[in-house]
Amino acid sequence: MHIFDLFVISLRTLSKNKLRSGLTILGVVIGIAAVTTMVSLGQSAGQLIQDQFQTLGSNVIVVIPARDQSGGVRQGNVTTLTEADAFAIAQECPSVAAVSPYIGTSGQVIGGNVNWQPDQMLGVGPDYPIVRNWVMASGEFFSQREIAGATKVCVLGNTVAKQLFPNTEAVGQQVRVKNIPFTVIGVLIRKGANLVGQDQDNILLMPYSTVRKRLQNSAFSNVDVIFVSARSQADSSLAEKEIRTLLSERHRTPPGEKPDFEVRNTADIANVMGIILGAMTAMLSGIASISLVVGGVGIMNIMLVSVTERTREIGIRMALGARPRDILRQFLVESVVLSSLGGIIGIALGVGGSAGVIALINALLPHMKWTFQVSIPAAIIALLFAAGVGVFFGYYPARRASRLDPIEALRYD
Amino acid sequence: MALIELRNLSKIYDLGEVQVTALKGVSLDIHQGEFVALIGPSGSGKSTLMNTLGCLDRPTEGSYLLADVEVAGLNPDQLAQVRNQRIGFIFQNFNLLSRTTALENVEVPLLYNPTCPRRQRAKRAKDLLQLVGLGNRFDHKPNQLSGGQQQRVAIARALVNKPAILLCDEPTGNLDTRTSREIMDFFRKLNQTEGLTVILVTHDLEIAQRANRALVLIDGEVVVDTTDFRLAAEALQRRALTDADANASASSA
Repeated sequence: MHIFDLFVISLRTLSKNKLRSGLTILGVVIGIAAVTTMVSLGQSAGQLIQDQFQTLGSNVIVVIPARDQSGGVRQGNVTTLTEADAFAIAQECPSVAAVSPYIGTSGQVIGGNVNWQPDQMLGVGPDYPIVRNWVMASGEFFSQREIAGATKVCVLGNTVAKQLFPNTEAVGQQVRVKNIPFTVIGVLIRKGANLVGQDQDNILLMPYSTVRKRLQNSAFSNVDVIFVSARSQADSSLAEKEIRTLLSERHRTPPGEKPDFEVRNTADIANVMGIILGAMTAMLSGIASISLVVGGVGIMNIMLVSVTERTREIGIRMALGARPRDILRQFLVESVVLSSLGGIIGIALGVGGSAGVIALINALLPHMKWTFQVSIPAAIIALLFAAGVGVFFGYYPARRASRLDPIEALRYD
Repeated sequence: MALIELRNLSKIYDLGEVQVTALKGVSLDIHQGEFVALIGPSGSGKSTLMNTLGCLDRPTEGSYLLADVEVAGLNPDQLAQVRNQRIGFIFQNFNLLSRTTALENVEVPLLYNPTCPRRQRAKRAKDLLQLVGLGNRFDHKPNQLSGGQQQRVAIARALVNKPAILLCDEPTGNLDTRTSREIMDFFRKLNQTEGLTVILVTHDLEIAQRANRALVLIDGEVVVDTTDFRLAAEALQRRALTDADANASASSA
């Protein structure tokens, strides 16, 4: 019998008892739906992590002073990174694309008639927007000239600009930071909240030299952190090595001793998070797959019952010319059609379910932006899996059917 | 050369401790175009003989030549092909697929016939349903048909692959007298106009008389092979009397 005929006959047979067919495939439907939902949510989570690292900046490496831990007691941050270190990294590390020193400060900014305390008040270098992947909405960022002159200019994040100057253009306005007048020369484009709920736009940026000289009245040239952007994700680890080598040399770290700085590669963190996420998804999918086994047993059970019920029919077909292999194929195709139908319904439910879950998460936690991801290859694999369940669990009943003796079968009541 | 040649055909069932001989060295010829009635009491082996003739079962000993092909040497796949193309079955209880339309029922042998393309199936099946007078009941299911109509669907199904032999096992057993007569007339017509070889198994002498030749089977042997049905009737009578005697002596002992 041709495969097409087998298919048509299977559908006809299954639709003769829709309730039974529906209940039989329930196990497969639930199993596939669960696995599909897990995989889909896992992919969305992965995309979320990726997106977050993108807002942080591209291929960002962070250099911070080492924490002294002699005798098991933290001594506090040591001021060992300098402006010159930053310049050196920019000049001498070929895998590095951009560098920005970073000095953290805090306080209030007064502009218009409004008093506002930004989340972050930073002294940074002219390449900060490049490192952080941040475009200007209006105006411009400061350049090396403003750094050299410790000029009193600043760039506002979207939130600060809106708070101080809700109705006017912020660029060109005057603000006061610690009673020192600053001119706003630019406003950054809106970035939104980060993964921990912080508003990234609640920020005020000044040249780092200005922060040191004017705000802190310090003559030192050290910086708190150096932000570095590698040329590409692939170059991240090479850039990290170059920075370590360079700084160890500059800081004259004795061989065998721990250096006085630390280098953190966000690409590594992203990778680790990706691995953890992958492991969790795999584990959850594995658990969900158990219900696939249950579903398969359900199919085998019903097919065995079906074979017994249709003993006479099998005898008739054999008498009319069906070979054992025809009978085997007929019942095997039936169970594969059953399980594949379950797979299709399961995939649809899984996709719908994960869309629903994501909508719920986005509604409850608005600062997270989960995107709905549909993976076609994953769906195809799920369908093949479902079909496989049908083949594996349907084979035994089909074989029993094909081995019936036609004369006995015809006599069966 | 006969269509069917049986030589020393035996069928022995091995039930562990006991061996049951259903057929004992049956030898006979059936030629194309004959209308044969196989008569005998229950336990005579007529079902076994019919199953063997129908290639549903293989003989333990002896030879069965069907159109010059030795059936005893065929494997299950080949036997299935013979059943599909050479033989048509009619059963006492019709054996139609339930919850399936008449048309789909008649198409079943075509599904297992690789020489019939899918496009032609419906037409062939419809032609045969027309032939048996059910041209307006293609989509009726067995529970919507009378006994006689169901048997006619079964006949259409049996003929759909143009077999050489029609094997009928008590075809009128579940039908009333008038319908039985109609069905037997139909068999006669098929035999006379189409030259179809019909082998009919029955215990009813009156039905058997519609055939041309009688084979009386008793205890696995052909005791009478004749065209004179009175001889057949006498053989059966004798057997009935010996049975009654045996019963009487058994109960009085």
